[in-house]
Amino acid sequence: MQQTTIARPGAAEPWRDPEAEPYVRILNVTKRFGATVAVDDVSLDIYRGELFALLGGSGSGKTTLLRMLAGFERPDSGRILLDGQDVADVPPYERPVNMMFQSYALFPHMTVEQNIAFGLRMDGLPRREIRDRVAAMLELVRLRGFEKRRPHELSGGQRQRVALARSLVKQPKLLLLDEPLGALDKNLREQTQFELVTIQEKLGITFVMVTHDQEEAMTMATRLAVMNHGYLAQVGTPAEVYEYPQSRFVAEFLGTANVFEGLIKTAGASGALIESTEFDAFFESDTDPPKPAGARVFVAVRPEKMRIRRAEAGELPGTNRLVGTVRDIAYYGDFFMFVVDLGEGRSIRVSRPNLARLTELPITWDDRVAVEWEPFATVVLPE
Amino acid sequence: MRLRLPSGRTLVLALPFLWLGLFFLAPFLIVAKIALSEGALGIPPYAPVLRWTDQGVLTIVLNLGNLATLVSDPFYLEAYLRSLRVAAISGMLCLLIGYPMAYAIARAPERRRNLLLMLVVLPFWTSFLLRVMAWIGLLADNGVVNNLLLAAGLVSQPIPLLYTDFALYAGIVYCYLPFMVLPLYANLSKLDPVLLEAAADLGARPWRAFLTVTLPLSLPGIIAGFMLVFIPAVGEFVIPELLGGPGAQLIGRVLWTEFFQNRDWPMAAALAIVLLLLLVIPIAWFQHVQGKAAR
Amino acid sequence: MSRSIGRLGLFLGVGYAFLYIPIALLVVLSFNDSRLITVWSGFSFRWYVALWHNERLIEAALLSLRIAAVAATGATVIGMAAGFALARFGAFRGRGLFGAMVAAPLVMPEVITGLSLLLLFVALAESVGWPSERGVTTVTIAHVTFAAAYVAVVVQSRLSDFDRSLEEAALDLGARPWQVFLLITLPLIAPALASGWLLAFTLSLDDLVIASFTSGPGASTLPMVVFSALRLGLTPELFALATVIIAVVSLGLLVALKLGRVASARSGG
Repeated sequence: MQQTTIARPGAAEPWRDPEAEPYVRILNVTKRFGATVAVDDVSLDIYRGELFALLGGSGSGKTTLLRMLAGFERPDSGRILLDGQDVADVPPYERPVNMMFQSYALFPHMTVEQNIAFGLRMDGLPRREIRDRVAAMLELVRLRGFEKRRPHELSGGQRQRVALARSLVKQPKLLLLDEPLGALDKNLREQTQFELVTIQEKLGITFVMVTHDQEEAMTMATRLAVMNHGYLAQVGTPAEVYEYPQSRFVAEFLGTANVFEGLIKTAGASGALIESTEFDAFFESDTDPPKPAGARVFVAVRPEKMRIRRAEAGELPGTNRLVGTVRDIAYYGDFFMFVVDLGEGRSIRVSRPNLARLTELPITWDDRVAVEWEPFATVVLPE
Repeated sequence: MRLRLPSGRTLVLALPFLWLGLFFLAPFLIVAKIALSEGALGIPPYAPVLRWTDQGVLTIVLNLGNLATLVSDPFYLEAYLRSLRVAAISGMLCLLIGYPMAYAIARAPERRRNLLLMLVVLPFWTSFLLRVMAWIGLLADNGVVNNLLLAAGLVSQPIPLLYTDFALYAGIVYCYLPFMVLPLYANLSKLDPVLLEAAADLGARPWRAFLTVTLPLSLPGIIAGFMLVFIPAVGEFVIPELLGGPGAQLIGRVLWTEFFQNRDWPMAAALAIVLLLLLVIPIAWFQHVQGKAAR
Repeated sequence: MSRSIGRLGLFLGVGYAFLYIPIALLVVLSFNDSRLITVWSGFSFRWYVALWHNERLIEAALLSLRIAAVAATGATVIGMAAGFALARFGAFRGRGLFGAMVAAPLVMPEVITGLSLLLLFVALAESVGWPSERGVTTVTIAHVTFAAAYVAVVVQSRLSDFDRSLEEAALDLGARPWQVFLLITLPLIAPALASGWLLAFTLSLDDLVIASFTSGPGASTLPMVVFSALRLGLTPELFALATVIIAVVSLGLLVALKLGRVASARSGG
């Protein structure tokens, strides 16, 4: 598997450093609720300074895993180490971990100031220091002047910032965020995403975030883990997981993927040739699948990596090609999504950026089209 | 919250457990014991069950006479049946009157609801005895109702309203109505109006929607309300005594008479034990429904 | 929709009439100059004056108030502990029995509760010498016992509606469980505790049967005095007493409504 990161050059990548000690180690953790296995033998290492996302649908186990890090649930088996220390018997109020709750959980009978100060009060800090640190936090989240307000007097976005301030003021080593952007509308979400990442980079705190929104995970996280029904499907940087999915589930969970079935004809260091079992076609891939010839595989091709042209225009050498009819076109504003019917009940999606201000589509419904892609875009899925 | 708080939790649990264990549960055992003892002159007016004989041997003397009387004398049997009947009818009456009231309050605009509920509960917070007294004043031969009827010329003589079954039921329903309305309201107010909208959208007329959606969903509230009226009403004393006629020998009244007038403590205890046994199943069911609702 | 409100509203009105006509009667008759119910002979305060001078009633009223205040407080403490245990402790050994013990007094006929408590006190007096005589203490204990169940129901239902994440957030921020209870849970369930206390207070004040069984010479509660008076016939002083009680309760409920509105505005409803 390739190792890819889309990040600022020079940004730290501790997971590549064999000397680095992970801050959080989740070792073979399993958690059951009655007959359901919520977390199934999950092992994960998270390093200091990461913004780590646990991504998955409902029932994937991501929230349960987060709550085990916070101390609200105990693993049935396996261990969790924070900074090298086994935290199985450590209650939430003794961990250097703080959590930002999905519903914010602001104390309704306290002011903004009192909410933020709560954790510091529990630590028994002197009043003057509490005041100063609360003020600094309010400055950081841009809520100066809101000290005496009560939660019900704040907007959703403001409440979220209070919740963030409250969880950061104790300078935890690890901050857990449970669907932090779920309750915000789209525009506010983008702005908050940016703010969260900025704050995280500035303070250098390790964030572990739970979300079902893959866009959120992809744009914010340094690395993410895709979870499915309690087990870990794949871990990696957003680019790694998107461009090199290791399973059909991951390929289809992140973004859209066209998945084909085939048999490996030839395989080697320079690439592979896969014979499609659905169409009269061969697919070229430039990666070496770790499987022998004759093995059955799935390949995934992302819609944005495909080109769509009228079928009459001739073939391009060295590209993969399928021919079909345009069955539907979805207009997203910034791009088009074509649904192309390939026959035999199979259809694929191809996207194309909206580069011109069009009043007429060059390719329209029922057109006969050719869909083409380069060998690098053929991702062979190990599972 | 699955946290271990060994000492804290045990303390919190121990306080009510011990208090109720001592002052609620244990007494029942004593009642059972007394029910099996002989009546005697003196204070207290019963003979001990466990006795030391002259040779220093501990003997148990069980007097099953009270229980035998209970079973054989039709007076007591009728009293139990009468009590169950009256309580059941009262429960139904409370339901018939209380359900529409609870429904109306649940459907009222949000800001009015608290006030409306308060108005239902307000009588409950005033003296129970004095409100029963008001009914005496209403239903007596020279009471308000009869005076109005006489004055309007509808009757030539006062109708006996007091000391009748009518007065009995009126009194019980009057006093127990809040116990029906409150649980019903609690249930109905949680009913999502969207469900009724969906039913209407699918073609159900209001009455149909009520019968097929609202009524079944309010069943837990109905059961809770009915139990809260029925069970205590079986053992009701004051209302049969003050408003019911001489024929209104409900078991609560019989027990009181045996205890205070006949000074027959063992008999009263026997009556209590049988009453308790009768009510064990409804009480268990009530607690089961409460427990389910709480979860 | 407005049509059905009309019909329902009518029924509601009839229901309220049913509830309040007897009460209205009490109030009206308390100002009747005549001793007879049948005849209205003029507006008068004489029965209020007579009430004021009725030492027996006043003494009994004061005694009842004392007992009620103590019993309500005791019932609130025990009921709060019971409600908390049932709402928060999940499944523990003996939960079934505990739940039954807490719920049963709600429905148990008073003659059974009264008789059984009396027999307990007698048996205790015989074996350990306490209580040496029955009176205020025994009545108070009895009232705490049955009122605690009501408080437990109120507390339990309030706690089930409670947003657990608030408690978790407090734990997460470093508060120990007892601190979470004192600083977060308690302030937020305070209104429910207050209404539980008031409920227990009323139940104690109003109780006849249990007090009759568990009381002793010289400790006659107000209901006991009223009951023996009622047995002999209606006296207008009792109407005056009823009106006083109604007035106090109405005022109290109005205040409670106001306070409730203020409190919910302060914490956002």
